[in-house]
Amino acid sequence: MLTVVYFAWVRELIGLDEERVEPPAGAKVADVVASLAARSDGHTQALSDGGRLRAALDQQFVALDTPVGAARELALFPPVTGG
Amino acid sequence: MKSVSIQAEDFSVAAELAALEQAGGGAVASFTGIVRGEGDLVALQLDHYPAMTATQVDRIVEQALSRWPLLEVRVIHRVGRLEPGARIVFVGAAARHRAAALESCAFLIDWLKSAAPFWKKEYFADGSSRWVEARAQDEAEMAKWDRA
Repeated sequence: MLTVVYFAWVRELIGLDEERVEPPAGAKVADVVASLAARSDGHTQALSDGGRLRAALDQQFVALDTPVGAARELALFPPVTGG
Repeated sequence: MKSVSIQAEDFSVAAELAALEQAGGGAVASFTGIVRGEGDLVALQLDHYPAMTATQVDRIVEQALSRWPLLEVRVIHRVGRLEPGARIVFVGAAARHRAAALESCAFLIDWLKSAAPFWKKEYFADGSSRWVEARAQDEAEMAKWDRA
């Protein structure tokens, strides 16, 4: 079971802080994003443009084509704007 | 030596600099980021990924410590609601000589902007708000350190 956490406008559009999914074996981050995008209109708005999304697996930044593997937490968010 | 803090509270630049001056080097450099009061901005909201932020900032600090001969690094990044004129971020470095202190501060703030999980939302006087868009220039400024 993978916990997916959202931040910034991704969280606002989806309307949830987090949710759980059961990705199929061998799934990449992009596959999880694509299946989540179908859950609601908000999900579609937030997740359909991969170019605007960044991800972290177990609190490490990863590219969207990274396999989920045994990770427990996937975070999805816009490019960061700190500093 | 290093100190990393992610906090809602304000901080004292003087106290941070004093701690760096105690490190025994000949050089202390720092950068303080302030909320710009542009247009009719009322406040910034700094959102972050609590489970990741401190460890990711720590990784950035470790990179600075491995690249330059530093005696001490101190980083503070605030989160939550911040009004124009408020301090957002502090990075400071102490070294034996100035080049390491100055260059590592520039490195630290470039990386904090593009490699730490913070997001800014702007609130305006007319009640509107918007998430700050990442600037391609910020990622370019981080990437230039890979080629340096």
